[in-house]
Amino acid sequence: MKPAPFAYVAPDSVEGVVGALVEAGDDAKVLAGGQSLLPLMALRLGRPSVLVDVGRVDGLDRVEVVGDDLVVGATVTHARLGRDPEVARVAPLLAEVAPFVAHAAVRNRGTLGGSLAHNDPAAEWPAVALLLDVVVTVQGPTGAREIAAADLFESYLTTTIEPDEVLTAVRVPGLGPRGGAAFDEVSRRAGDFALVGAGARVTLDDDGAVASAAVSFLGVGSTAVLDATVGADLAGRPPDEAAIDEVARAAAARLDPHDDLHATAAYRRRLAATLARRTLTTAVARASAEVAS
Amino acid sequence: MSATEPRTELDVAVEVNGEPRRARVEARRSLAELLRDDLELTGTHLGCEHGVCGSCTVLLDGVPVRSCLMLAVQAEGRSVVTVEGLADGDRLHPVQQGCLERHSFQCGFCTPGILLTAAALLDAQPEPDEAAVREAISGNICRCTGYESIVDGILRAAEIAREAADGHAGEGA
Repeated sequence: MKPAPFAYVAPDSVEGVVGALVEAGDDAKVLAGGQSLLPLMALRLGRPSVLVDVGRVDGLDRVEVVGDDLVVGATVTHARLGRDPEVARVAPLLAEVAPFVAHAAVRNRGTLGGSLAHNDPAAEWPAVALLLDVVVTVQGPTGAREIAAADLFESYLTTTIEPDEVLTAVRVPGLGPRGGAAFDEVSRRAGDFALVGAGARVTLDDDGAVASAAVSFLGVGSTAVLDATVGADLAGRPPDEAAIDEVARAAAARLDPHDDLHATAAYRRRLAATLARRTLTTAVARASAEVAS
Repeated sequence: MSATEPRTELDVAVEVNGEPRRARVEARRSLAELLRDDLELTGTHLGCEHGVCGSCTVLLDGVPVRSCLMLAVQAEGRSVVTVEGLADGDRLHPVQQGCLERHSFQCGFCTPGILLTAAALLDAQPEPDEAAVREAISGNICRCTGYESIVDGILRAAEIAREAADGHAGEGA
């Protein structure tokens, strides 16, 4: 057994989970799919004394459509997001991103909620959450509260969720009329962590000019990055090739990626520009299809 | 398992290859260790033990998972199939037969994980093309074969499964 010893509990209610977290103190961790936490523990980079498993809590495995939004329970897996027809209809970007997450066997266990709470800077979901203005619900000893993605991701593997709180649901707003979104990433081999990934979101006005836009990146720093300046730069302009190319390059220039064993900072910046251009182009095409329909 | 207090040792009941099995395990025991050490099903191989190599892949309620990235206690009440559960008596599973015919393996270390991954693929997609096979096994590392013979074996397995299904349909008619 590679992890250090710990105690395990699997409450059957969210209240039970919070109670166990409060009881255990700062040294407890919530266990969802375990696909990030258990490897860290196997390498003894993490040594929680208590694991509180949310896998036995009723109702956390739901995917619901609420108005224009998709609400995803904390234990919904990446695999489910990739195949659920309601996800494809209401939040198609989630269905598009799911196959980029690791390999099939990991997607069968790992969860959207767990990935957001874990906040790996090379993971897909934090970047997608920032892009789509996702809101998570967390529950703690004093009740439930909502945290917007913009306020959630603090730094490397760190979020603003308190140690005695548990993420219970992820609300993904619909794109609205004349909206389109896209995601792409570059990795050395299928299923590896991406060197860089990017998502783009575009809304067009009645004349086909840009009403709003944003780009987000992963793999370029200690946490995912949202670039809203792209929106300001594109607003009111027709989203032609030249405009997209210009804002994509500018967005990449604003990043501060790192050198590591896998890629230099300069290479990452080039990938970011390419991916921003590609995803903006696709997002515009999708938004235009909405305008046409 | 209905305990409300955190415990370092727990009883776990799992269905493995169709049989109910029980064990008392440390909380930190992985599903792979439960299978190998407590239940003596050593066909499940442990390579990297942190989710990278795929050799410990088993089926959990019919879908492939990494048994090193799952605690034994998380499998409580679930159904697990290991490589020992693939054959039907002396009759090999199509993925075993196909891989045997196409010499899909050399050292055999990655074999159990690949067989179970392939079995799940054929279950979900009885007529996969080569790209689908490569995608399905992309999370399983083989250091011997270069994968060509494995892909051939799984494609052959799909043929065998179809022939068997056609045969049964014929018998029924």
